[in-house]
Amino acid sequence: MRQLQTLGEWGLRHATNLGTAVLLLLALLRAVPAIYSQPRLLLEQLYAIGTRTLSIIMVSGLFVGMVLALQGHAILARFGADTALGLMVSAALVRELGPVLAALLFAGRAGSAVTAEIGLMKTTEQISSLQMMAINPVRRILVPRWVAGCLSVPLLAALFSAVGIVGAWLLAKIMLMLDDSAFWNGMQFGIDFADDILNGVIKSTIFGFIVTWIAIYQGYHTTPTSQGVSQTTTRTVVQGSLLVLGTDLILTYLMFSQ
Amino acid sequence: MAAGEPLIRIRDLHYAHGDRPIFTGINLDIQRGQITAIMGPSGTGKTTLLKLITGLLTPDTGSIQIDGQPIHQLTTAQLYRLRMRMGMLFQSGALLTDLSVYDNVALPLREHTRLTASMIRKLVLLKLEAVGLRGASDLMPAQLSGGMARRVALARAIALDPMMILYDEPFTGQDPISMGILVKLVRELNDAANLTSLLVSHDITETLRIADQICLITQQQVIAQGAPADLQQRTEPQIRQFIQGLPDGPVPFHYPAPTLKSQLQSR
Repeated sequence: MRQLQTLGEWGLRHATNLGTAVLLLLALLRAVPAIYSQPRLLLEQLYAIGTRTLSIIMVSGLFVGMVLALQGHAILARFGADTALGLMVSAALVRELGPVLAALLFAGRAGSAVTAEIGLMKTTEQISSLQMMAINPVRRILVPRWVAGCLSVPLLAALFSAVGIVGAWLLAKIMLMLDDSAFWNGMQFGIDFADDILNGVIKSTIFGFIVTWIAIYQGYHTTPTSQGVSQTTTRTVVQGSLLVLGTDLILTYLMFSQ
Repeated sequence: MAAGEPLIRIRDLHYAHGDRPIFTGINLDIQRGQITAIMGPSGTGKTTLLKLITGLLTPDTGSIQIDGQPIHQLTTAQLYRLRMRMGMLFQSGALLTDLSVYDNVALPLREHTRLTASMIRKLVLLKLEAVGLRGASDLMPAQLSGGMARRVALARAIALDPMMILYDEPFTGQDPISMGILVKLVRELNDAANLTSLLVSHDITETLRIADQICLITQQQVIAQGAPADLQQRTEPQIRQFIQGLPDGPVPFHYPAPTLKSQLQSR
């Protein structure tokens, strides 16, 4: 009986949280036009959220591309197919690794920062003081961050893939002594714009939407204590990462299975 | 609205924080043009009362009317229109940490008026001058002391020339000089602009000096209301204990707990 009660409480709590998050999303969508009257706030957030995530995205992309080239070459060479290395690396990056890893890194680097910032604003009563000045915090604080996140992630994912491909090419050329033309030709013939690139962009757009939404929801509904902020920051990274991976499975099934 | 009507009318207000009741049936009228001080021991929910009055919190039952409008039944747009006529000074100041002192004070003007940048500049400098911090206009909130931050927040709260100001512990953390100026400022603001001021404090001497009305809250109820001179005459032990700051009396200093002896002996 006790377990049943706990289960019920758990279910209720999560249903309530989900409802609150959806209501917040609706409020965010309604407030998106506010961007036009305050473009400066969006630019500031694009810098804080997007530009400042560039370094981690580029460095990770480079290394992931290089590792892919090494691993891919080891297997492909066994079948005498090492000319397909360019195709394999670029397909893996554009379809999967670019969108997913960029979203995971974004959740860790920018999502946690957004949650902590909004949570601390709530803890220090800045959100209440805005409400008392008759300034809607959703318009002023949340929407610029959300839109900036949604715009940044697809761009960051594309950059991740591009840098990864360059990394793989450099490694193939310098360490594996592979022929340039084979690397690029395979890619040129094998990668389809709609099937591979566009699907990758759709994926990363959805991931950006999810991660930023979670970050903003967690921050805005923080328990206003230092412990509360630390909990919600962790939750942003954990929930954001898990949801990205889960959504990726569904999207991959819909997009790439015959 | 008739001039004799109270600005704030609280009827049968009940509010509980989780399982702990904060207010059980409070009735209170705040008159226009006066400074009303809400006093009581720490933890009686004085700040909570301010948040209920401004609609930041919703009561369990009961009603609060401000200038004839039931604040908890307004739409968001109506609530925001009403709040533009209210200024609130938070205990911590609650300045936006990513804006400078100047931009903090300018924020409500930029959001709610169509004034030109040069007009806003003049208004901001005047408000900062009033709190003695015109020279600090380029500083960031992190560079201010707690007392200074609260004075900047006061300048921000009066930026839109509201009809009433709510002060949450305005005197805590002020040195004697700025305390004196602040007390005078609260009085002058109230009288010059025919404002209504609502002040939460437990600084007895300062509060008795400037308040027109004092409302004493303990144990979830309003136990006394009246002019400072009247309250000082009252002989009920509860009131006397608080006004004179006596450690012993009917108002408990201790948070409810089992006896010390039984707790020390257990395990």
